[in-house]
Amino acid sequence: MSIEKQTIENLATLARLEIDDQRVEEISQRLGSVLELVDQLQAADTNNLMDNSHAPQATQRLREDKVTESDQRDAFQAIAPDTEDGLYLVPKVID
Amino acid sequence: MHNFTITQLIDGLKNRVFSSTEITQHFLSRIKTLDPAFNSVITLTEGQAIEAARLADQQLAKGDSAPLCGIPVLHKDIFCTNGVRTSCGSKMLDNFVPPYDATVVENFKNSGAIMLGKTNMDEFAMGSSNETSFYGPVKNPWATNSVPGGSSGGSAAAIAARLAPGATATDTGGSIRQPAALCGITGLKPTYGRVSRWGMIAFASSLDQAGPMARTAEDCALLLNCMASYDNKDSTCVDRPVPNYSANLGDSVKGLRIGIPKEYFSEGLNAGTEKAVRESLAEYEKMGAELVEISLPNTGLSVPAYYVIAPAEASANLSRFDGVKYGHRCDNPKDLEDLYRRTRAEGFGDEVQRRILIGTYCLSAGYYDAYYGKAQQVRELIRQDFTQAFEKVDLIMGPTCPSPAFEFGSKGNDPVAMYLEDIYTISTNLAGLPGMSLPCGMVDKKPVGLQIIGNYFDEARMLNAAHQFQQVTDWHTQAPEGIES
Repeated sequence: MSIEKQTIENLATLARLEIDDQRVEEISQRLGSVLELVDQLQAADTNNLMDNSHAPQATQRLREDKVTESDQRDAFQAIAPDTEDGLYLVPKVID
Repeated sequence: MHNFTITQLIDGLKNRVFSSTEITQHFLSRIKTLDPAFNSVITLTEGQAIEAARLADQQLAKGDSAPLCGIPVLHKDIFCTNGVRTSCGSKMLDNFVPPYDATVVENFKNSGAIMLGKTNMDEFAMGSSNETSFYGPVKNPWATNSVPGGSSGGSAAAIAARLAPGATATDTGGSIRQPAALCGITGLKPTYGRVSRWGMIAFASSLDQAGPMARTAEDCALLLNCMASYDNKDSTCVDRPVPNYSANLGDSVKGLRIGIPKEYFSEGLNAGTEKAVRESLAEYEKMGAELVEISLPNTGLSVPAYYVIAPAEASANLSRFDGVKYGHRCDNPKDLEDLYRRTRAEGFGDEVQRRILIGTYCLSAGYYDAYYGKAQQVRELIRQDFTQAFEKVDLIMGPTCPSPAFEFGSKGNDPVAMYLEDIYTISTNLAGLPGMSLPCGMVDKKPVGLQIIGNYFDEARMLNAAHQFQQVTDWHTQAPEGIES
């Protein structure tokens, strides 16, 4: 099973990954073999079954809405690729 | 000194046979001399370790020391360490120095343990061979042409090579148990929610769990005592008292009902591995345990379910690596989209990109129900298999992996062949159950692991059973050639 080039390109856009043309063929084949593996799921009889997205059936815990930690902006921004005046810098988005 | 277990080192420190400074310097020097052959340590924190050992010696002299005071350990490079580079085995985080400690790291600091450094791993914990690390593969100390397993291969190899007496690791589909088996050490993946995941770089959040690696079950109990805690910062962490895991190690296993899943002894299992595992089960019978054949009929579906759920969660978790706040950023981005796309293409390796794409596919419109929804339902089937089994038995045992350590490159071209390496370990992650691996034999001079699966929060019983096995066997004391001296 291989996946169409157009599908790979759409996935790359959704996942924000640059994929150059030389790699498309190989990626298509490898993804195809993984999808063949996961297609085995379709044979399982799962009628009347709940999703089990959180294994030990725990309930989500809530906490009080209050500030518990001090401002760490300088520490966080010290490791950023590019900042200015406390802001993260990225290429211009709006002309 | 490096042949001592953690338990023996604690005794030696208490009785002033040696100091923490001496132990720490000994292990640091072993890492510097021996590790170039294994590549198990990415970052050595020598200065910090020596200073921490000096303070530990002061505490020890006062006589009121914490449980692991002065004991050197290694942390898998997936745990954030304040001021120490945390790469997760990826180029993406090669320059990432976290401004905080993971809860697990903090727990070790509070227990008085000394961090020697950070261990190598498959990139973002995605792999079963350590071949996907940006820093190059770790070599198995038992056979350097073979893989140490993964993703916690660095921690496992370091312990096997006696470069540290204990280490932290994480397990999403077998990443503690499989390398523990392949490197001939003992490792435990606790129940999901037992150990805080805060500050542990996320791969698949509903499956990831941290646990200890050491040479013996007795040492794993000591490390788990320190690692397990309730943590408000991880909302999936379970608020439940932490028992003393060392307390019942000495109990007899007489009358213990051990389930043997027939699906774990079917096609694909190496004959030598099977023999070693069956002989170990016979040891348990000799000790008075009862072996009960059971069935986990949906075992075969665990690998396909995992390879939907784990990549789906990974594709969401790894979207945070975008070149904006930390980590790698591409040069001269022409616009924001280009910044994201090139940063991620340059920063992530092939296997990580493949899993992001698979996850994106499974979550995309039109495919979600067929893949992700279906996989979650299969996950429920797998959980029910275990629930039914644990009505009849106390523990489940079988092989940890289908065969001993394979050679580098032997599964490199086929992701599916690599994925099947985890066939016996993945289902416990899907069910959220605890699992462990301990050495139980040798095949072609390579170690074999016995897997023990327990019911939810039954780690103490697993450790007890493992410890009792280690009282009557000596597989856990064996060392690779040239390592003991």
